Amino acid sequence: MGSLQLKSIRKAFGTHDVLKGIDLDVQDGEFVIFVGPSGCGKSTLLRTIAGLEDVSSGSIRIDGQEVAGIPPAKRGIAMVFQSYALYPHLTVKDNMGLGLKQAGTEKAEIDTRVAKASGMLSLDPYLARRPAELSGGQRQRVAIGRAIVREPKLFLFDEPLSNLDAALRVQTRLEIAALHRRLKATMIYVTHDQVEAMTLADKIVVLNSGAIEQVGSPMELYNKPANIFVAGFIGSPQMNFIPAEKLDDTSAKTLGIRPEHISLSRDSGDWKGKVVHVEHLGADTIVYLETEVTGLLTVRLFGEHAYKPDDVVFATPDRERLHRFDSDDRAVAVHP
Amino acid sequence: MSKARSAPLRTALIHLALISYTLVALFPVFLTLVNSFKNRNAIFREPMSLPGPSTFSLIGYETVIAQGDFLGYFQNSLIVTVVSIALVLLFGAMAAFALSEYRFRGNTLLGLYLALGIMIPIRLGTVAILQGMVAAGLVNTLTSLILVYTAQGLPLAIFILSEFMRTVSDDLKNAGRIDGLSEYSIFFRLVLPLVRPAMATVAVFTMIPIWNDLWFPLILAPGEETKTVTLGAQMFIGQFVTNWNAVLSALSLAILPVMVLYVIFSRQLIRGITSGAVK
Repeated sequence: MGSLQLKSIRKAFGTHDVLKGIDLDVQDGEFVIFVGPSGCGKSTLLRTIAGLEDVSSGSIRIDGQEVAGIPPAKRGIAMVFQSYALYPHLTVKDNMGLGLKQAGTEKAEIDTRVAKASGMLSLDPYLARRPAELSGGQRQRVAIGRAIVREPKLFLFDEPLSNLDAALRVQTRLEIAALHRRLKATMIYVTHDQVEAMTLADKIVVLNSGAIEQVGSPMELYNKPANIFVAGFIGSPQMNFIPAEKLDDTSAKTLGIRPEHISLSRDSGDWKGKVVHVEHLGADTIVYLETEVTGLLTVRLFGEHAYKPDDVVFATPDRERLHRFDSDDRAVAVHP
Repeated sequence: MSKARSAPLRTALIHLALISYTLVALFPVFLTLVNSFKNRNAIFREPMSLPGPSTFSLIGYETVIAQGDFLGYFQNSLIVTVVSIALVLLFGAMAAFALSEYRFRGNTLLGLYLALGIMIPIRLGTVAILQGMVAAGLVNTLTSLILVYTAQGLPLAIFILSEFMRTVSDDLKNAGRIDGLSEYSIFFRLVLPLVRPAMATVAVFTMIPIWNDLWFPLILAPGEETKTVTLGAQMFIGQFVTNWNAVLSALSLAILPVMVLYVIFSRQLIRGITSGAVK
């Protein structure tokens, strides 16, 4: 009931190309996340799907129907905004019901749908309140409720969690995941937070300066990044990149190894180095090394470790987990 | 330490400055009010003294009420002021919304053009305006005044309101669009309530010059039927004899309606600030 096809979407503001030909297929019921650094065009892409921005060229099809020229309200979409964007003069109930009221839905129908959504989001005690009387988390739930009530073909989320504090963010993330399982609706979600992307998505679309770098499931992006950008963007702490010549490796220009795929030893190993800084996170210990061969290296160890700055250690990468990139920064086919 | 000691001193100085400014601003009003209740001799002999049993007199007010149609003048002034404010606010807000919300060719240029009116006094165009009004047959009508005052108030209104409208969250307007609100409902139901404090400011700025204006009523609508209060008060000022009692009484009365309007708008201003909008 909610598929989406984008075909060579271009968008330019003046002479500046914001979107440079985006092609994407979203299947019914998929949870797709657009992720990328600020200014990569992910929000603009979402707005063009919503109809809040015109495309310069290209076609958008929702459920097989071309939507160019169709106003946002008639596209069968609902959107949740970063700043909640609740109507300050309306109660929670009216906020959720306004879209249906504008569409001329019967009052009884509106009431049942609002009741259903508010039950789902435990908003029942607040229905008569105004947005100013709610906390941030409650406001975001109302904004999500407003989207649910419309029963859209497509849910669009524009960085919905970035205004919430850390604890609330995790909780709301779980609620959105549960909501997706329950509604089985197609959802498109924009975020710059790769943790949100990894935890929620069926499919992640990595964008960089107006173009798609890679599309894939979270584990595909983690295990087989198509290029250096994706490799560096997905995963935290960031992947280590080492010029291949330093390791006398001629099969690639750059080698990448994730911090969690390096082991440390005090006695022996491939790369000798000195500890520069250690971050103790309890579950993890992050060690920054200056090695003779590779330069600065980040290593992530599980559990607690007693390394201190100026300790001499040896790092050994997991050879199976090395990523190779050619001179165009693209991934070289693994293990030729 | 020094901060804590200097704070009361600073506050005192600030208050001193504000109080002296208030005194300066209020002094003419005080003088007008006090002297309007005195007889002619007392006005000239002791202009600063309060009216006492021997000097108290309502002769000024009696003259004002007896001579001329002051109630009619008040009505004219009120109609002109209120209608002009309403038009300035409506059209000013609409133009400001268009300038701040929509991207179109020449947006900045149009904004500058509309703001130009702030710098060029409308009185420079008096002759042309008069010719136009004569041609349109609008001389000696309140409509002519309303048209001129609307034009006079719009530049500042557009300038202030468009700045404020830029601060209204885009997400809110977009949420309205997704919920199927028309651009008009977005303007009237979402944006206007949020810029109400700015609207009140604009209303106050617009109202006072209109109410006090003598120039355009004198030129465009000097007829008995369309006289405004300021023009009406002029009939007591003669070339050789001025009836000061009547002038001061008329002016004292003229302060009242504008005060009422001011109180109404300033309450809106405070309510607007405290209502709390997005987030």
